[in-house]
Amino acid sequence: MAPVLQVEHLKKIFFSDAGEELTAVNDVSFAVHAGEKVAIIGESGSGKTTVARLVTRLSDVTEGRIVLMGKDITRASGRKLRGAYANMQMVFQSPAESFDPRCTLGDGIAECLRNFGRSRKEAEQETLRLLRVCGLAADFAGRYPHEASGGQCQRAAIARAIALKPKLLILDEATSALDVTVQAEILALLTQLQREFSLAYLFICHDIALVQDFCDRVLVMHEGRVVEEGASEEVIRRPKQAYTKRLIDSVL
Amino acid sequence: MGEILRYDHVDVSYNGLCMVHDVSFAVQAGEILGIAGESGSGKSTLLRAAMGLLGRDGMVTRGDIWYGGRSLPDLSSGEMRRISGSEIGMIFQLAGSSFCAIRTVGVQLFEMMQAHGMEDRKLFEEQARELFARFGFPDPQRILDSYPFQLSGGMQQRVGVAAAMLLRPKILLADEPTSALDVTVQKQVIEEMLLVREMFGTAILLVTHNMGVIRAMADKLLVMRDGRMVEYGEAGEVLEHPQAPYTKQLLAAVPRLRR
Ligand SMILES: Nc1ncnc2c1ncn2[C@@H]1O[C@H](COP(=O)(O)OP(=O)(O)OP(=O)(O)O)[C@@H](O)[C@H]1O
Ligand SMILES: Nc1ncnc2c1ncn2[C@@H]1O[C@H](COP(=O)(O)OP(=O)(O)OP(=O)(O)O)[C@@H](O)[C@H]1O
Ligand SMILES: [Mg+2]
Ligand SMILES: [Mg+2]
Repeated sequence: MAPVLQVEHLKKIFFSDAGEELTAVNDVSFAVHAGEKVAIIGESGSGKTTVARLVTRLSDVTEGRIVLMGKDITRASGRKLRGAYANMQMVFQSPAESFDPRCTLGDGIAECLRNFGRSRKEAEQETLRLLRVCGLAADFAGRYPHEASGGQCQRAAIARAIALKPKLLILDEATSALDVTVQAEILALLTQLQREFSLAYLFICHDIALVQDFCDRVLVMHEGRVVEEGASEEVIRRPKQAYTKRLIDSVL
Repeated sequence: MGEILRYDHVDVSYNGLCMVHDVSFAVQAGEILGIAGESGSGKSTLLRAAMGLLGRDGMVTRGDIWYGGRSLPDLSSGEMRRISGSEIGMIFQLAGSSFCAIRTVGVQLFEMMQAHGMEDRKLFEEQARELFARFGFPDPQRILDSYPFQLSGGMQQRVGVAAAMLLRPKILLADEPTSALDVTVQKQVIEEMLLVREMFGTAILLVTHNMGVIRAMADKLLVMRDGRMVEYGEAGEVLEHPQAPYTKQLLAAVPRLRR
């Protein structure tokens, strides 16, 4: 079966005001299959978020190709991009980025549902259900982002991302503000969605023990490149590259 | 040495709803108090209450927070401005939001230093570069010349920690200071924070979900749930022999690396 996501030779160069080049992502290729949970781990600043922003078309690639569900979306915009977002959703590293500060969390989620054809009433009911499965009481629908804690905002962002039952969910440090018991509940929810709908995950995470528990496969990034890749157990227990070894030795 | 900060039966409310109930503890100079617990239990609120940063809707509705004989919730905004940063430093949970988006990191940090009496731009840049290098930045000058959006999440977080340290405060209120860092960089940042405590006797209130970080840094540990303290004691003791059912549940849920 064709993969849900295939990226080939992705490259992203940023230019500073002074015109200096910074290659944030360099020749990155990988695929994510239906129902698969793939982690990206690696050094802070190594290009993980940039890969996620390229795949979700929030940032233009310098080089390379992105294929989602068999469609080339490398340059997609407008209607085609909207179609892609029905299949692919992302939870950002900073919860603040996920929600408009002027709208309530509930409006943020309901709007997303209404954009894809639900009636106002359906959207409202579904919003409450989604908040509940993410461990948030109904009154959070009426709260503004600044009225929720860091972890509550993160859970609301996850609720919105799963609202459209996408085929691919990109989670950028999406559980880093959760205590471990709430985190375990969210991961159980994600695993259930994976089983029911073959949802695939691209899971960017610094917590290597969590990656070992949750993910099937790992990509290790360092200075813009994927330096090691393989089954989670294999990479974590028997790292081959010096950088991966150093990383795993630093786990507290 | 001696006691530097005391929370005395503190309640905090937002819009008249009490979210933090009856929290009491004291921190000694040079002591690191870890604060862990449920998401939404009031950890960030406790730190913000000390800095008068609860926003329009929030206030300390009972009890007091004492700093050197002064009640922090009663300080005028002018008095608070004078001590914030230089005496009590804050590292925010959302590192990105503590910076202005349209000016470079170097410009913003120098302004902060100027507000607390530093005039020499060159000296400042030297100090900042030296500190950044110890935070795992291979090219510190690039960080000074960058706008916040040009930095990754973990880079912004490190700049936030470094900024708070530049002023050498007596107390550091650190809200999830390493949550966006990979484990090798996390180790470097922990070492720097421990060094600051060692050299300047800085007391640290450290909010984190990461029990490994608590183990590596904290002398005492406070566990919060639902706006209340459920456990408070020597960190090693609480980690080895948790008493409260919630603490036991929390520690049991920590994912452990199988090597
Ligand atoms: N908009 C931008 N303009 C210029 N440089 C950028 C921009 N966004 C990211 N960078 C740079 O690209 C590199 C990769 O950043 P990225 O955010 O992808 O890292 P990351 O792996 O997600 O790190 P972290 O774990 O700290 O979040 C960094 O050096 C960063 O400074
Ligand atoms: N401005 C506000 N208005 C109303 N309620 C608020 C406001 N700010 C915070 N709260 C509520 O107060 C409680 C405590 O929030 P706080 O941010 O202190 O939690 P936290 O322990 O830091 O959680 P996390 O680990 O998720 O960051 C939460 O239930 C939150 O929803
Ligand atoms: Mg990132
Ligand atoms: Mg918080």
